[in-house]
Amino acid sequence: MKDNNIISLKNIAVDYDGERVLNGINLDIRDKEFVTFLGPSGCGKTTTLRIIGGFVDASEGDVFFEGERINDLPPHKRKVNTVFQKYALFPHLNVYENIEFGLKISGVEQAERQTRIREMLELVNLTGFESRNVNQLSGGQQQRVAIARALVNHPKVLLLDEPLGALDLKLRKEMQTELKRIQQSMEITFVYVTHDQEEALTMSDTVIVMKDGNILQTGTPQDIYNEPINAFVADFIGESNIIDGVMLRDYRVEFAGVQFDCVDAGFGIDEDVEVVIRPEDIKVVDPEGAPIVGVVESVIFKGVHYEMTVGAHGFQWMIHSTLSEEEGTKIGMNILPNDIHIMRRTEEA
Amino acid sequence: MKTKATAFPYTIWMVIFIVVPLLLVAYFAFTAQVPVEGGLAGETRTVFTIDNISQVGKFAPVLTRSITLAAIATVICLIICYPIAYIISRGGGVYQRTLLMLVMLPMWMNFLLRTYAWMTLLEKNGLINRFFGLFGLGPFEMINTGGAVVLGMVYNYMPFMILPLYSIMTKIEVTTIEAARDLGADGLHVFLRVILPLSIPGVKTGITMVFVPAVSTFIISRMLGGGGYLLIGDLIDLQFLGNAYNPNLGAAISIVLMVLILLCMSIFNQFGDEEEMEGTLL
Repeated sequence: MKDNNIISLKNIAVDYDGERVLNGINLDIRDKEFVTFLGPSGCGKTTTLRIIGGFVDASEGDVFFEGERINDLPPHKRKVNTVFQKYALFPHLNVYENIEFGLKISGVEQAERQTRIREMLELVNLTGFESRNVNQLSGGQQQRVAIARALVNHPKVLLLDEPLGALDLKLRKEMQTELKRIQQSMEITFVYVTHDQEEALTMSDTVIVMKDGNILQTGTPQDIYNEPINAFVADFIGESNIIDGVMLRDYRVEFAGVQFDCVDAGFGIDEDVEVVIRPEDIKVVDPEGAPIVGVVESVIFKGVHYEMTVGAHGFQWMIHSTLSEEEGTKIGMNILPNDIHIMRRTEEA
Repeated sequence: MKTKATAFPYTIWMVIFIVVPLLLVAYFAFTAQVPVEGGLAGETRTVFTIDNISQVGKFAPVLTRSITLAAIATVICLIICYPIAYIISRGGGVYQRTLLMLVMLPMWMNFLLRTYAWMTLLEKNGLINRFFGLFGLGPFEMINTGGAVVLGMVYNYMPFMILPLYSIMTKIEVTTIEAARDLGADGLHVFLRVILPLSIPGVKTGITMVFVPAVSTFIISRMLGGGGYLLIGDLIDLQFLGNAYNPNLGAAISIVLMVLILLCMSIFNQFGDEEEMEGTLL
């Protein structure tokens, strides 16, 4: 196992009722990595997860686990465990019995079962809840039982299907930190599915952005955020201004009627491109001598920053700034070369 | 106790159609008509007595037979209906509705007619014996046996077993079963540790809904059991509409039967735990 890959998908395609939901997925997941599939609903991220779990059969392609082909291995024989979207706890069993389920089936001794369950309850902060009915637990508690129930079996890989979707914002933030801590202390691979870009960026070692059954981009959260491969990824990973521009030559781009220096090269002369600029990368400056001048159309207070919409050159620019300007004020905008991201035109709108 | 005003009509309904008849039955069971001494011929008066109740003891064999046959029918019903209900509950929309319709359809036909149909099938010269005759087999003695009575009960009460089982099984979510498989459970374990325990309330309701009408039936035994399988229901029927006209005894047998059924059910409900009976369909 020189390449250290625990899971590999080779050319996986899945058809549902004649419709292709996964379109030749190739990917490798390294051992002890926190990998997140990120994408809008219907992008195939959950299907990919279920391929790994064994609940969906691939129409084409192969699934490898530690180098072995496991296409025909049923879910109960796979060394992975899943935390389901709606937890799927056993309603007829209490917290302790829910966690015990997998251990009992694999024939673990009573004494060891007890120790392992106690460890798990401690890990997920549910000590003292052993005999509680699972239906009487809050969403966050049920969530943690589901995690304990999966982890107690010491799987090599834990699959998590939008596990925080049903929780409120504060709880979700807490659980994000909690999950990352659990993953690091147990030293196992987490494969996580979410449509929440912030969640993906916060927890992951590697983010895989998916759309329409295809993988668009794979990389570290920093890579994905700073160097999105196309306008869709840029827009999905946080808000962006996406403007049509023309690449005049290497390191020189024109958009909004102004020429800017940039750090991108390798495009054709005068090639039409899309320019992506993060709202926080637009500097508000004195209109006098500023490259772009616009009028503030609206200001919304967002807590940490103000979100301003500024009209300039027939485009509405979104700007995040800690200082607010009066609506109707004329402001200048400046963008540094490093903050200008050039994308090739994507076919779809 | 605070009751909602809207429950009021229902309370009246209950009193008129349940409490009053029950009290009447009890009244008949504990009274008898005796001739008035020195009175006109045929003039009677009502006296309190427990003779009716104590007479029921004479019919112990009939009671035992009723309970045994009903119990056998219930068990067979459960064994047949459990997989059927499971298959229906796991099916997709149209498939599920079609199967359910097929289960319900016979119930739209008259009960007597359906039982008559069985008579023509089971008779000595009936369809089944004629079929076996083609191969030089039989004729088999099928009608007028305990088996025929059980068959009639199983056939007639099957929907009452399938429906509560089905309704509880549709509540078992696919992800719950997937979770079990994910945790290492093969088909057998999924059934024993998840599906079976989760469907117990439906099993309980189904058993009650089959056993109670089966134990007090009288048409099925009369039509398919001939004279040889007198059940407690037939006995009661005889006291009201038959030659042995004696409403007081009939009421007494009813009361005893009711107590016995209540006993059976409460013993039965001790099995498993005191889970709420949420499988109730009606």
